[in-house]
Amino acid sequence: MSARKIASLIAIVASLTLPVTAEPVAIVGGKVWTGTRQGTVPSGVIVIDKGRVVSVDKAGSPVPLEATVIDAGGKWVTPGIISAFSRIGIVEVDAENTTDDTSAGESDYSVALDAADGFNPDTTAIAVTRVEGITRIVVAPEASSNLFAGQGFVADTSGSVDTEIDRKAFLLVSMGEHGASLAGGSRPAAWAQLRAALDDARVYPARYLASNEGTALDRVDAAALVPAAKGEQLILIEANKASDLNAIMDFAEANKDLDIAIVGADEGWRVAPRLAKAGIPVIVDSYSNLPASFERLGATGENAARLRAAGVTVAIAAISDSTHNARLAMQIAGNAVANGLSHEDAMEALTTSPASIFGLQGLGVIGPGSHADIVVWDGDPLEVTSNPDIVMIDGVVQSMVTRQSELRDRYLKLDERERPLAYVKP
Amino acid sequence: MNRVSLAGVLCMALVLAACGGKKEADKADRITVPKDPFPSTYAAYPNEPVFISNATIIDGEGALIEKGSLLIVDGKISAIGKDLEAPADAKKIDASGRWVTPGIIDNHSHLGAYPSPGVSSLSDGNEISAPVTAEVWVEHSVWPQDPGFTRALAGGITSLQILPGSANLFGGRGVILKNVPSRTVQGMKFPGAPYTLKMACGENPKRVYGYGGGRYPGGAPYSRMGNVAGYRAAWIQATDYKRKWDKYEAEGGDAPTRDLELDTLKGVLDGDILVHMHCYRADEMAQVMDISKEFGYKVMAFHHAVEAYKIADKLADYGACSSMWADWWGFKMEAYDGIKENIPLVHKAGACAIVHSDSEVGIQRLNQEAAKAWADGKKIGINIPEEEAWQWLSLNPAKSLGIDTKTGSLVPGKMADVVLWSANPFSVYSKADQVYIDGALMYDRSDAAHRPVSDFELGQPGEGDLK
Repeated sequence: MSARKIASLIAIVASLTLPVTAEPVAIVGGKVWTGTRQGTVPSGVIVIDKGRVVSVDKAGSPVPLEATVIDAGGKWVTPGIISAFSRIGIVEVDAENTTDDTSAGESDYSVALDAADGFNPDTTAIAVTRVEGITRIVVAPEASSNLFAGQGFVADTSGSVDTEIDRKAFLLVSMGEHGASLAGGSRPAAWAQLRAALDDARVYPARYLASNEGTALDRVDAAALVPAAKGEQLILIEANKASDLNAIMDFAEANKDLDIAIVGADEGWRVAPRLAKAGIPVIVDSYSNLPASFERLGATGENAARLRAAGVTVAIAAISDSTHNARLAMQIAGNAVANGLSHEDAMEALTTSPASIFGLQGLGVIGPGSHADIVVWDGDPLEVTSNPDIVMIDGVVQSMVTRQSELRDRYLKLDERERPLAYVKP
Repeated sequence: MNRVSLAGVLCMALVLAACGGKKEADKADRITVPKDPFPSTYAAYPNEPVFISNATIIDGEGALIEKGSLLIVDGKISAIGKDLEAPADAKKIDASGRWVTPGIIDNHSHLGAYPSPGVSSLSDGNEISAPVTAEVWVEHSVWPQDPGFTRALAGGITSLQILPGSANLFGGRGVILKNVPSRTVQGMKFPGAPYTLKMACGENPKRVYGYGGGRYPGGAPYSRMGNVAGYRAAWIQATDYKRKWDKYEAEGGDAPTRDLELDTLKGVLDGDILVHMHCYRADEMAQVMDISKEFGYKVMAFHHAVEAYKIADKLADYGACSSMWADWWGFKMEAYDGIKENIPLVHKAGACAIVHSDSEVGIQRLNQEAAKAWADGKKIGINIPEEEAWQWLSLNPAKSLGIDTKTGSLVPGKMADVVLWSANPFSVYSKADQVYIDGALMYDRSDAAHRPVSDFELGQPGEGDLK
């Protein structure tokens, strides 16, 4: 019985994949959380054409005759979730170095390391993440040779070999304990390296006319730092301790041209009013509630709620498990709600906030002109017992088949009387 | 004492047969291996009787009671059902809209041994000095001030097994604790619980030893076949050691020289110590089941068991539990085939399924992990009632630890290890409002007086904060 059910589900999805971008699609009847001023439309009609949302209206609104209708009655409909911080697509198996392009401790370069050069759309985690409702991933390299991790990117989770990626969307810099250790052993060393590197970039290429070496960076890394130094590229800084966050805000005040966001911020609640005033957004992991290190002594599950209450822009991501289980962002956001964040703010932390932090136009919302990245859920998206029924990226209904679903379907019945299970090909 | 011993030895040396009448006395004199040299000092804390009414109760045995009542007296479950009368002296709690369950038991934790903060000087979870370190006991590494215990308490954890790490083939003894704050680990030890032995399959031993410390070759094992040779060689030694002790026990003579490592392995062969084995892959679990039959012991639970769904039938036949995550996968090769339906598939096959954490983060919300697995099963047509699925969290782990006659379900006479939830615990929004251990209120979300703070967190930012 269960196998038949799965088969029928697959059949439904397969039929939905037929209309791609050419024909309009209408999603009818769902509880639509738009992420726009329209708020939540109790029984909405979403019209999609050429990969974009045309309109979002109330029940009973006209649907184009040629549109394929998706019945979302009784379901939740949301923008595709944006994983605000992940390493999806640049690692297959964490413990196997040959499959891991997240870091390069032996490299001569740091700022210039472009994570997009390691992106592999065939990574199994992409489909596994997609079927959980995440349609866009922010992908960051990991700092390893010095406090500059390198260039991060944004991609969709279609898994297409031709996936378009937004390269160099941000520069990731590690401060705090990690940055201190990478910079030579102390926070002063990390700040000296950061300031010297910025100085190198600001006088690039003049400083490099006679030599390939600057004060802190060689020619290649200095050139790669120029956009960030000019404020044309977001600098995402990893830090957690209240004093480190204050140091970053001091730095931001002294360098008003820079565009800065913070990832981690476990003690952010302690400096929340100042973060709000400085207009510095944060990406947090609401699971972090232990004094896991001396820079997280004040960590609490209420961090997101307190930051939001102070007016800080908050995105939520699975920072502590950013590769294979970045998909847990919805559960983490649900826990933030259990710890005082409003459901509305938690939804924004997964959609509009990451879109605003990374400047992703037309993503994280369902509104006229937005990308048709849309998820139809069988329940409240933040609830642990909910799952997506349909995931759409740029108007295309995505496959819900993953390597995991194929393994599952092979082993549903452990019956080898006729042939070994290797002959069962779901 | 000395005098009697001497008489025994003399008797033995002279005419063995003539001493038959004193055989029992002789036996009592023989050297024995102490079974409990670090005894529990835990005793239940006092509490007035508690009467909870109008609750949705999951009894832990598979039943659900709507508008149910639960009476706790003297640390034990006294009564459970509908329409119970509240005793006059009981504290009465109207739990309308709220849920009551047995306390959650995590049978895979490293709290205290790998505590927070995760600094090197507190990292005591794995004695990697050799592939066989059955001589170490993890209780000697457990730091009772780990703030992780208090976070787990807030997540409804009332008992837990602390295990050594999985670098070694034989990692050492585990210890079963009540999740009560204490100055000493003895003050947390679950009274009367058996000892356990941690063993490990697969990648970890060969990575740590064969390819250890950046040296290659390091030392055995370099391979999975090396792992198996290592287990078998140790069991052969243990069998020999047990034979010597059994002979001495029956016949007297010179006592065998004690060996701390083999004491533990002999304890397994005697049936006193329960084996808990870290094993991801299906084919390896199948081999371990054969090894256990070869040497006459039983694996109580395979831990992580990421591929249990591939051999759920064999696990059911053998009678081992599988301690699983809801959705961890891919971080290493042996976790590559992890699927979200592992737990419900194991349950459906009639095997014993357990939700475990192996994490100071995961241990705080094992109810949510069970809920995810439950929902993922439902999505493919495996419909398991919530009250049946709760066995993954309490009764099944209790069985795997040999404490199921004492706790793990809300049966009159059992320890009153009880959680009162703000809502259905299969929801992400549900919080443990109150946690009772042996009938004592050890955690109350709404009352700071009933929220413990570890020594480490005193005087630190956020002391006593809601976490």
